[in-house]
Amino acid sequence: MSDDVTLPAQQGSASASAPSEVLLKVAGLTKHFPVYGGFPIKRKVGAVQAVDDVDLTVGAGESVGLVGESGCGKSTTGRLITRLMEPTGGRIEYAGRDITHASRRQLAPVRSEIQMIFQDPYSSLNPRQTVGTIIKSPMEVNGINPKGGRDTKVRELLELVGLNPEHFNRFPHEFSGGQRQRIGVARALALNPKLIVADEPVSALDVSIQAQVVNLLQKVQQELGIAFLFIAHDLAVVRHFSQRVAVMYLGKVVEVGDRVSIYSRPRHPYTHALLSAVPEVSTIDEPEDRERIRLAGDVPSPILPPSGCRFRTRCWKAQDKCASEVPPLVRIDGNHEGHLTACHFPEQPTTAARDEDIVLDPALTALEDTGKD
Amino acid sequence: MWLRFKRDRTGVVSACVVLLYFVVSALAPLIANVYGKNPYTLYAREPEYPFLLDDFAMPTGSFGGMSGEFWFGVEPKLGRDVFTMLLYGMRTSLYMAVLVTTLCVVTGVLIGMVSGFFGGRVDYWLGRVTDFFLAFPQQLFFIAFMPVVTAMFVSPQDETPTYLRVVAITLVMWFLGWMGLARLVRGSVLTLREREFVEAAKVSGASPWRIVRKEILPNIVTPILVQATYILPSTILSIAFLSYIGVGFVEPTPDWGRMFAIGADVYEQDPMFMFFPGVALVVFVLSFNLLGDSVRDAFDPKTGR
Ligand SMILES: Nc1ncnc2c1ncn2[C@@H]1O[C@H](COP(=O)(O)OP(=O)(O)OP(=O)(O)O)[C@@H](O)[C@H]1O
Ligand code: SF4
Ligand SMILES: [Mg+2]
Repeated sequence: MSDDVTLPAQQGSASASAPSEVLLKVAGLTKHFPVYGGFPIKRKVGAVQAVDDVDLTVGAGESVGLVGESGCGKSTTGRLITRLMEPTGGRIEYAGRDITHASRRQLAPVRSEIQMIFQDPYSSLNPRQTVGTIIKSPMEVNGINPKGGRDTKVRELLELVGLNPEHFNRFPHEFSGGQRQRIGVARALALNPKLIVADEPVSALDVSIQAQVVNLLQKVQQELGIAFLFIAHDLAVVRHFSQRVAVMYLGKVVEVGDRVSIYSRPRHPYTHALLSAVPEVSTIDEPEDRERIRLAGDVPSPILPPSGCRFRTRCWKAQDKCASEVPPLVRIDGNHEGHLTACHFPEQPTTAARDEDIVLDPALTALEDTGKD
Repeated sequence: MWLRFKRDRTGVVSACVVLLYFVVSALAPLIANVYGKNPYTLYAREPEYPFLLDDFAMPTGSFGGMSGEFWFGVEPKLGRDVFTMLLYGMRTSLYMAVLVTTLCVVTGVLIGMVSGFFGGRVDYWLGRVTDFFLAFPQQLFFIAFMPVVTAMFVSPQDETPTYLRVVAITLVMWFLGWMGLARLVRGSVLTLREREFVEAAKVSGASPWRIVRKEILPNIVTPILVQATYILPSTILSIAFLSYIGVGFVEPTPDWGRMFAIGADVYEQDPMFMFFPGVALVVFVLSFNLLGDSVRDAFDPKTGR
């Protein structure tokens, strides 16, 4: 039945540097949530443009980070890819087959290959089910009978994610947040997936535990050769995890490239701003003295996003052209292969300190000024 | 879960009491047989009991005529045996209550689940239907509709058969009894539906049916059970109320509620008549509610050690 599904041949082999084979290809992905209003007859008065024309590829066994501020549509992108939501437009291709509007039945053969890890370890596990049941149920749904039985497999998975296999019969509330997230990882692994969408898997956890869970994911990713789409809201978390990073702002990908390009040679002002917010990322190849950028205000409403470049309301380089023309996501002069930026007036490819810090927040400016005297 | 329940002493005791009621009701004919009386015979007219009732048709013996022959005494006026009346009365009430409660719970859960899980237009219209039924003043409609429903099946001149009364009472109580639970279930399903474990199940390819069964239902069993343990005793009270005011069961069908009606007529002369049905009802409702609490605790993996 599943003859057209890629065989588990590349399991374990396709690791690190070979994103040759494209596993997931997203083109022009768009999701608009209708906004209803009006009285007495309700009608559509607008749309939340949560995701707008996003292009993204994930190679087999590759780990890609998806980074952006809160509300910029990262989760929505993840949910569209795992087909928890119906896209408004665009195309999602998995292993060469179009799954954009596939129904549950049509999706069945690829269901086991795309899994998800959720943000909230408390609501992602059914409080009425034991750990064993939770991890077992994906296998039941897909009729998978591993060698030695499902229970054995569950114990192996628990061990793999660093939990005591004897905790099989415990309920989720008996575990800590970090342990629960490990259970979530085990559940995602139960089906031997090829792609895992991890939606901020560590942001609900204590900082001391975050590293443990990221390490676990990294181990899983490398040992099992699973491709990851790792969603996070800052660049620090995905730094050591992702081979490539995509930066999102207000429903659009503004910059995408390999890790070195994004962390050492960022071009988009927004990436610069995000990077300057990352604490202690100074490594050997970076100058100690880093630029400081403070962005003012919040992300504008995705119901009425700014015209042209969506970042222009908070950009210190914005000019008239930014308001009239949408900057295309292209390779700019001086960028490495595969490093794409959507900006009319890109920054210098460096993160070194500037003559003057960019502080766009009026309150902060006032603070800094008094401090200088 | 079972272990947790067993450790709860109140729960076990009330479960035993409730069970006892059901067993006694189910075995009422057998017990009555051994005991040698039935709730229909007017013993005062039987030649072997010449002095059961006095000249005012009140029981002659003390405490409502209690004796080795008539354990709970004799009914005033007609002289029937109180013990068997109560047995059969409880039987009628319990059977009815179980039937009505089951119907209400099933309907409520179904409607609540459907509107909560599918949402949107379905939810909207089911919500309006629920509101419509909720708007009926219950007690008044019981009284007003009982004759109407009965009249739909039998012409008013004829004698209404008992089974038709059963059907009519069931229908009326059913139609006016499911809304609370439907609301409750809808609300719970609505919040559960958005939880991430439901999404996790969807990602693994589970069918909506499986999600409802395995992910959502186990999470609302407790509120459903607790609600059911409230509905059942209150149904018994409602049936008793209907019979009391004379639109429920009529003579000669023995009924718990009508025993109160009789008792209320004669309470000045014969307070003992009220005593046994009253105590039986209070004990039953109380232990049923206690049982409900214990069941809730037992089902929740978070309470109890
Ligand atoms: N079901 C929905 N209906 C309407 N609007 C929605 C819905 N889901 C998300 N949105 C909107 O879409 C935008 C993007 O939401 P999304 O959850 O993808 O953000 P996010 O990047 O994951 O943020 P966070 O870091 O806080 O999780 C937000 O403005 C949100 O209000
Ligand atoms: S296009 Fe203009 S507004 Fe947008 S990031 Fe570049 S410089 Fe800033
Ligand atoms: Mg999110």
